[in-house]
Amino acid sequence: MEINLNVPDISTRPVKKCATKLKVENVNLYYGSFQALRNITLDIPSCSITAIIGPSGCGKSSMLRLFNRMNDLIPGARAEGNIELDGIPIYNSKIDVAELRKRVGMVFQKPNPFPMSVFENVAFGPKRHGVKNRSELAEIVEKSLHQAALWDEVKDKLGQSGLALSGGQQQRLCIARVLAVEPEVILMDEPCSALDPVATLKIEDLMRSLATDYTIIIVTHNMQQAARVSDTAAFMMMEPDRAGVLVEYGPTAQLFTNPKDKRTEDYITGRFG
Amino acid sequence: MTQKNTAPTAAGVSSRGLKRRLRLGERVIEGWILLAGLLAIVVLLGIIFILLKEGLPIFTHTPPWEFLFGTKWYPVSDPPTFGIAPFFVSTLMITLISTAIAVPIGVACAAYLAEVAPAKVRETVKPIIEILAGIPSVMMGFIGLALLSPFVQSLFNLPTGLCGLTAAIMLSMMSLPIIVSVSEDAMQAVPHEFKEASYALGATKWETIWHVCIPAALSGIAAAIMLGVGRAIGETMTVLMVAGGALAVPASPTDPMTTMTAAIASGIGNAVRGGPQYQALFAVGLILFILTLAVNIIAERVLERQKRKFAR
Repeated sequence: MEINLNVPDISTRPVKKCATKLKVENVNLYYGSFQALRNITLDIPSCSITAIIGPSGCGKSSMLRLFNRMNDLIPGARAEGNIELDGIPIYNSKIDVAELRKRVGMVFQKPNPFPMSVFENVAFGPKRHGVKNRSELAEIVEKSLHQAALWDEVKDKLGQSGLALSGGQQQRLCIARVLAVEPEVILMDEPCSALDPVATLKIEDLMRSLATDYTIIIVTHNMQQAARVSDTAAFMMMEPDRAGVLVEYGPTAQLFTNPKDKRTEDYITGRFG
Repeated sequence: MTQKNTAPTAAGVSSRGLKRRLRLGERVIEGWILLAGLLAIVVLLGIIFILLKEGLPIFTHTPPWEFLFGTKWYPVSDPPTFGIAPFFVSTLMITLISTAIAVPIGVACAAYLAEVAPAKVRETVKPIIEILAGIPSVMMGFIGLALLSPFVQSLFNLPTGLCGLTAAIMLSMMSLPIIVSVSEDAMQAVPHEFKEASYALGATKWETIWHVCIPAALSGIAAAIMLGVGRAIGETMTVLMVAGGALAVPASPTDPMTTMTAAIASGIGNAVRGGPQYQALFAVGLILFILTLAVNIIAERVLERQKRKFAR
């Protein structure tokens, strides 16, 4: 079986101090009586991009939301098992969830800038974490917008509403907003699904450039995108009455060109899903 | 199904006749709606007209300046003097205090219900709060008389518990339900994405409520406050019962007072139709009307500005 996917040559990417950033051990997640994740175990390396792929409803987003405990906001959600960030169990009751979310930022599927100015959007996080000084804030805002490759487009309209920007710009604004709190991990939940191809490419370039300093985990429906940007990939699926099964996890190049599991191969060659 | 039903009638009536009848029905309904709309405007104009017609003549007896700033309201002495400053100041004082009490409590309660309370608590508490809005104001007056005024009297060591403060507290309780209900709706309507984004940035629940939910719901909250203020300004029976009824300009909130509404309600029964007191009370009504109009216009302006600030 010849698999024709545009897989970049990942071997040329520098393998940097790939320590384990996030460790997931035997995790089960329930929404009430519904089990959304089943016995998930995987290690996510630092300073790289990990893609989670799989059909709709298989639990990709639920898995992503484990890492910053966003599932906590859903009434009836309950996680079992162990998840560690740099060796610290994050589901410990002594963990300050706000502090965890500062270290593990998140970009959502639909761009969701606040109904405030561009400046205030980016300054929101730093302000909540104690930066008061106006010039210091301005510095953080400029730096974050630069990092998100948005500065040149918005530098003259920092006072304008963030909602007045285009969809792609809004999503980069959301990325800048996350970068402004200087997280270590960035979770991206289908960040390009509401964007056109040009904006998608911009975000992907941005992700690659951020991957040198940040651990990025991206959920995507778009397998080309997973192949283009990620270093490691996880394939999840659901069986008729069971959601949230992790089928295969490994280097992207291997997962896409030489999958070990028949189900992975079927999915990426488009036989189902 | 619909075709089957309409087919026989359509066949019986010529297409021209059917068309005409539809148009006629349309006209009747359009006319009806227009009339209903006009009626509201006619009623409003009628109120303004009557207030002006009955109230303005007093200014030939007492110049507007003296009427507004005069501190003596002696309608039956000879010659009578009509100075409404005591009522005006009382209304302002009671309204301000009741708003100052009701707004923080109401908005906090709304934030609790919208953001903190579990669904079950919200579904039980909100209808109860809304029932509170339906309690007749006479009953609120009873509660003020029997429960609150002795408490206020002993707390501040006053000669009487029937004073502006008691009235203001009762009014704040009466405007709470509407403030809570309308601002809770507004906060519920804040898109979930905003709250999620805030939490994901490491904001706490309190920070999310204060910096995201309340600003995004501000126009709704402002509308809620205006409805509450409107209720406080216009409320008559409760203040008539508990505010104390003194005719002097109040110096402190714990003084007995008479608001503009209470003055009208208590005076109009004794006034000779068309006489100076009658005219003076109508003029008080006119000023009350202008006051509520001003509150509405200011609220409108503030909302407009907020909307532009948060414009999409």
